[in-house]
Amino acid sequence: MFDYLEYIRTRNFPHIWCSGCGDGIVLKSLIRALKKLEFSKDETVMVSGIGCSSRTPGYVDLNTLHTTHGRAIAFATGVKLANPKLHVIVVTGDGDATAIGGNHYIHAARRNIDLTVLLYNNYIYGMTGGQVSPTTPRGDKASTAPYGALENSFNISGLAEAAGASFVARGDVYHATQLEKLIAKALQKKGFSVVEILSPCPTAYGRRNKMAHPVTLMEWLRDHTVSITKYEKMSEEERKGMVETGVLYDEEKPEFSSEYEALIERLKEKK
Amino acid sequence: MSENSEQTMLMMQGNEACAEGAIWAGCRFFAGYPITPSSEIAEYLSRKLPLLGGKFIQMEDEIGSMGAVIGASLVGLKSMTATSGPGFSLKQENIGYAAMAEVPCVIVDVQRGGPSTGMPTLPAQMDVQQARWGRHGDHSIIVLTASSAQETFEQTIRAFNLSEKYMTPVVLLLDEIVGHSTEKVVLPPKDSVEIVNRKQPEVPPEEYLPYRETEDLIPVLATFGTGYRYNVTGLVHDETGFPTNDPEKIEKQIIRLSGKIEKHRDDIIQYKTFMMDDAEVAVFAYGSVARAALRAVKDSREMGIKVGLITTTVLWPFPYDVILEAAKSVKAIIVPEMNLGQMAREVELGVRNQAEVIGVNRVDGNPIPPVQIKEKIKEVV
Repeated sequence: MFDYLEYIRTRNFPHIWCSGCGDGIVLKSLIRALKKLEFSKDETVMVSGIGCSSRTPGYVDLNTLHTTHGRAIAFATGVKLANPKLHVIVVTGDGDATAIGGNHYIHAARRNIDLTVLLYNNYIYGMTGGQVSPTTPRGDKASTAPYGALENSFNISGLAEAAGASFVARGDVYHATQLEKLIAKALQKKGFSVVEILSPCPTAYGRRNKMAHPVTLMEWLRDHTVSITKYEKMSEEERKGMVETGVLYDEEKPEFSSEYEALIERLKEKK
Repeated sequence: MSENSEQTMLMMQGNEACAEGAIWAGCRFFAGYPITPSSEIAEYLSRKLPLLGGKFIQMEDEIGSMGAVIGASLVGLKSMTATSGPGFSLKQENIGYAAMAEVPCVIVDVQRGGPSTGMPTLPAQMDVQQARWGRHGDHSIIVLTASSAQETFEQTIRAFNLSEKYMTPVVLLLDEIVGHSTEKVVLPPKDSVEIVNRKQPEVPPEEYLPYRETEDLIPVLATFGTGYRYNVTGLVHDETGFPTNDPEKIEKQIIRLSGKIEKHRDDIIQYKTFMMDDAEVAVFAYGSVARAALRAVKDSREMGIKVGLITTTVLWPFPYDVILEAAKSVKAIIVPEMNLGQMAREVELGVRNQAEVIGVNRVDGNPIPPVQIKEKIKEVV
């Protein structure tokens, strides 16, 4: 049997996540990916911001850094640049990374610094009680959008790709095996990589949007996600209401922290 | 003689002296965002740091640069950022994080006038209370200042040393005059400069507690990546580094955050007195104004006026005892500042009603000339 406990700080259990939350599935998928890749725990740093997903570092036996709201990627940039040998994983949410931290998200992508960002998308600010977020689908209800969201929502994977990330994938907590593979690929990628993870929140999102039961949300994920290869073959009509998952973008590009190391070497030779 | 045992004389801008001092102190990481009148510090370090194997990054904003500095410091690099008023305001949340998580780092604020965009190219000393109280929550912080390029070089080194020793963010407040004036700087022999490096754990990882309460109240934070896996958070935490809701542990941490600075006041505070022995009136000054004050005191002495001077390079913790001692023998303390009396408030606290406190204040973007202080001395005497 797979031993998750090797990576878990059991002293901090029980965790704070609500029953029916998908964040534990992400945690387990991540641990399986880490184990498969045999990353050294001492040489892996996990950085998070503020929110439900950002509580993950407390439960994982790595070097862990729980920062301020929206700033995980900025802190992680310092960590990676200061010691490029470290694997740096950022755990963040849709509000943390694309609202208050949106600037760091796009600029880290532009810089293409070697961070692996696990971006849990639950369409809501879960920890603070279900306020509308940049990814709340138009028309859906939130505690600060009682009549339904009037604003358009972000395509956060598309945003990362447009900003210059070298790897972008989308997975969901219904398809846990696929998720593990996507995380593993992202971890292996040298460059700024994002895995957007659909992990809907029954407590703060589902209850307001006629999907109160966790199983209903899981079924929604099962029925509304489709692999990118299938999606590409679908007609415009068939695509309606569907979300494509899998590796959405994968390119080789110069990576910032190694470019900086190369600069230091170049300057040494000049001397 | 090797270059390590010789002194060098140079013409340097205050901002360059700051950057050079940082390098001497062992700074190997800088993250910043362009802002007048501090940008020369970033420009200098963008050239020098990669030559020394260090790292420079211009971040997307002021907030991000403070975050990157904290991240790099946890990985073991001595780290710094530099900014001015508006940027200093933006950085405050993460400076509070560094105070809470006890991550050493240096924040240089080359002051301009404010509030808001204010006077980008004109001097002021309007951030002295923000430096102390800019964050939410209770904690102490060390704030240094300097009056010349020479002192800037020295105080930048001291800022790093204090931050490494006390595991705290240290703010260095310059002003536009000090930052932008080019003047003589004597770089001392390298081997004569004391450099402090933060402690590393002496126990094996399984026995390690990052925030263990020690007698000196200062935690020992292991460098990330060296085998000591622990948790760093801005939430109130116990000695393990994990969040706590236990009232007893919460109280212990909050009291220690202030206590670790206050307990070591005598080690941190540095001040100078000039002709105070028989003085009937004192002037208390800091930053570039301290130089105008020295001229004013010398000139007044030549006219036979018994006036003395107290200057400090440490604004926080504030030297209340020094002020009280002076207040016992003078009838008034004159406090010239390029603000509406921010440090005069502290002098008021220090004198305990034993002497009058009189401000000389200027907020029009001009420096305070010696004559303005001299006139006030004459008036008070």
